[in-house]
Amino acid sequence: MGKTVVEKILARAAGRPAVSAGDVVEPAVDLAMSHENGALVINQFLEIYKGTGLAPRVWDPSRIAIIFDHRVPAESPKTATNQKKVREFVAANGITKFHDIRGDLGGICHQILPENGYVRPGAVVLGTDSHTTSHGALGALAFGIGATEMASVWALGTALNVEVPATIKVVVNGKLPPMVGPKDIILRLVGQLTAEGANYRVLEFHGETIRAMSTSGRLTLCNMSVEAGATSGIVPADAETLRYLREEAGVAGTLTPVTPDRDATYVRTLEIDVSKLEPQIACPHTVDNVKPIGAVAGTKVHQIVIGSCTNGRLDDLEIAAGILRGKKVAQGVRMLVFPASGRIYTQALLKGLLADFVQAGAVVMNPGCGPCLGVHEGALGDGETALSTTNRNFKGRMGNPASDVYLCSPAVAAASALAGVITDPRTVTVGGVR
Amino acid sequence: MSDVVLILDDDVSTDVIYPGRYMATVLPTETPQYAFADLVEFNAKLKAKQVPQGSFIVAGKNFGCGSSREQAVSTLKGHELVIIAKGFARIFTQNSVNLGLNIIEAPAIEAAEGDELEIQGDEVINVTRGKRFPIVPLPPARQVLIDAGGLIAYTRRRLMEKSPV
Ligand code: SF4
Repeated sequence: MGKTVVEKILARAAGRPAVSAGDVVEPAVDLAMSHENGALVINQFLEIYKGTGLAPRVWDPSRIAIIFDHRVPAESPKTATNQKKVREFVAANGITKFHDIRGDLGGICHQILPENGYVRPGAVVLGTDSHTTSHGALGALAFGIGATEMASVWALGTALNVEVPATIKVVVNGKLPPMVGPKDIILRLVGQLTAEGANYRVLEFHGETIRAMSTSGRLTLCNMSVEAGATSGIVPADAETLRYLREEAGVAGTLTPVTPDRDATYVRTLEIDVSKLEPQIACPHTVDNVKPIGAVAGTKVHQIVIGSCTNGRLDDLEIAAGILRGKKVAQGVRMLVFPASGRIYTQALLKGLLADFVQAGAVVMNPGCGPCLGVHEGALGDGETALSTTNRNFKGRMGNPASDVYLCSPAVAAASALAGVITDPRTVTVGGVR
Repeated sequence: MSDVVLILDDDVSTDVIYPGRYMATVLPTETPQYAFADLVEFNAKLKAKQVPQGSFIVAGKNFGCGSSREQAVSTLKGHELVIIAKGFARIFTQNSVNLGLNIIEAPAIEAAEGDELEIQGDEVINVTRGKRFPIVPLPPARQVLIDAGGLIAYTRRRLMEKSPV
C-alpha cells in the first residue's frame, strides 16, 4: 500500500521497512531545537540523570540547536540569567548550532534553522516550540514538543512513543491574485478546518500553487498548520526546495527528497482554488475566526506589527515597504517592524527597505519574536487593537487580555498602517519613489 | 468526589492558562503562582490555597491549544487540579502525560460550577445532576509513560537499560 511523506520519514527514522498511520514508533531525531526554554530543558535533563550514577551528557551535540529569540535582548534579570545558564551549558557540552543575541547570526529559531541549512528533506526535526511545524516547508517531519520530552531526546537521541500521524492532503491550485499571498491561503485553510480540525494529523501540501511558491511562502503555510491543530505541515521537497537549500542556505552534499506514493492513503483531501481568493483576516480571539477583508475593513487599529516566524522574511518586508514607500503611517498608529533574522535585517538594509519603513514613520526593531508572544515589548493598552502578521491572536497573546489582535498578511498590514484602519491592499498604489 | 471550581469554553489557549509574560519563570516549583493569571479572582483563590487539591476544571474542545510551553501544565499540576475537557490539543496532552497532570477527555461532559463530580472507571459521574459521561481512554502508547510515573522516570529507566553502570 502507498505511503505518505510522514510514513516514509518515520519508517526510515525508526529503522523499519514500513510504518502506517496509527503505528507507534521511536524515531531517531536528526535535529533537536530549543530557544530560551532550553533553561527548562536543562533542568529536566539533569533531573533524568539524578540517582543513575551516569554523568549527564547530551547524545549528540551536533544535532542540538539553541537559538535565543523570544526575549532578546533580555527583558528582565530572570531571562538574562536563564540565557546565561544556557550559554554555559552550550559551552560545556560542545553544542555547535547555537545562535546567541547577535546582529549577524541571530534571529527567530524558525528562520535560523532553514537559512543555515540545518533542516534537510526527510529529516526528523523536534523543537520545544509549537511552530516547529514550519520546517516541514523543506520536506522534513517537524513538530513541537514540551521541555521534558526534549530533555528525554537530549538523553536518548530518540523520541519515545510517537504515533505515526494520519495525513490530510491539501491541494492548492490557481494563480494567486495581486496582493494575495501564502498568509491568506493558510488563514483561509485554518478558518475552514477550525482550530482543532487537523488535531493529530499532518497537512501535506500539493498543487500547482504550491509548486510555484517560494520556500518563504511554504514556511508561512507550514508555520500556521499548527493553528488548525496539525502535528505538522509538509511540502514534499521539490526543485524549489533544492534550489533554496543549495543557493540560499549553502548546503552541499547529497539531499534526498521524500515524496509520497501515488496511492498513499489520506484521511481526507481538501482542494482549494486560490484564483479568486481575497485577503483574509483572523479576528479576535481565535485564529480560526477568519473573515474576508471586506467584513472588517474600516476597523480602527492602534498598532501594526510586521514580523515573526510567519511573515518576517525578505519578501514580506519587500511587499510592505513597496506599499509604504514615500508615504506616511497614519497619525495615532504605531508601526513596528521585526525582520526575522540578522541576515534578513542586513539584506533589507542593503536594499533600502529599512529606510522605507523608517521614513514612513515605522520603528524598525531588532530581529526576534518581539511582541508576538506578549512578553517583551510592544504591549497594547486596554481596549487597543493590533493588526499583525504574526500567527496567534488568543486573548492576552500580545500581553494584554483587554486588547484585540487581528492577523493578516504583510500587504494588509502595510496598507492599513497608512489608513489607520483595516484596509484592503488591493485599493492602494504601490512603489512610490525612494 | 470533588467540586467543579471553574468552567471554561472551547479553545482555551496556553496563553490563558499561563500568560506569555511569565515565561521567564520555568521551574515547576515556581510556575503555580501564575496559573490562569489573567482570571484574576481564580488565580487569587489558587494562591490563597482556597481550591482543594483534586478539584475539577471543566472545559470545552481543544483545551491547551497554542504554544508548547510546559509551564501551562506544571502550573496546573502544582495545584493538583484535574482537567476534564471535551478535547485536548496534542502538545498539551503529551506534556500532561509527561508531567503527570491528570487530564480526562469526556466529549459529552455537562457540568456547572459547584457541581460534584466523581471519576468511576471509564466514566465521569456528575453526582449533582445524576448523569454519567463516557471517558475516551488515552492511547496505549501514552499509558506506558503514566504507568512508569512520567517521562523523566521512564527516560531514566531507558537510559539505564542502554548504558548500565
Ligand atoms: S515569532 Fe512568535 S510564533 Fe514565532 S517563534 Fe517567536 S513567539 Fe513563537
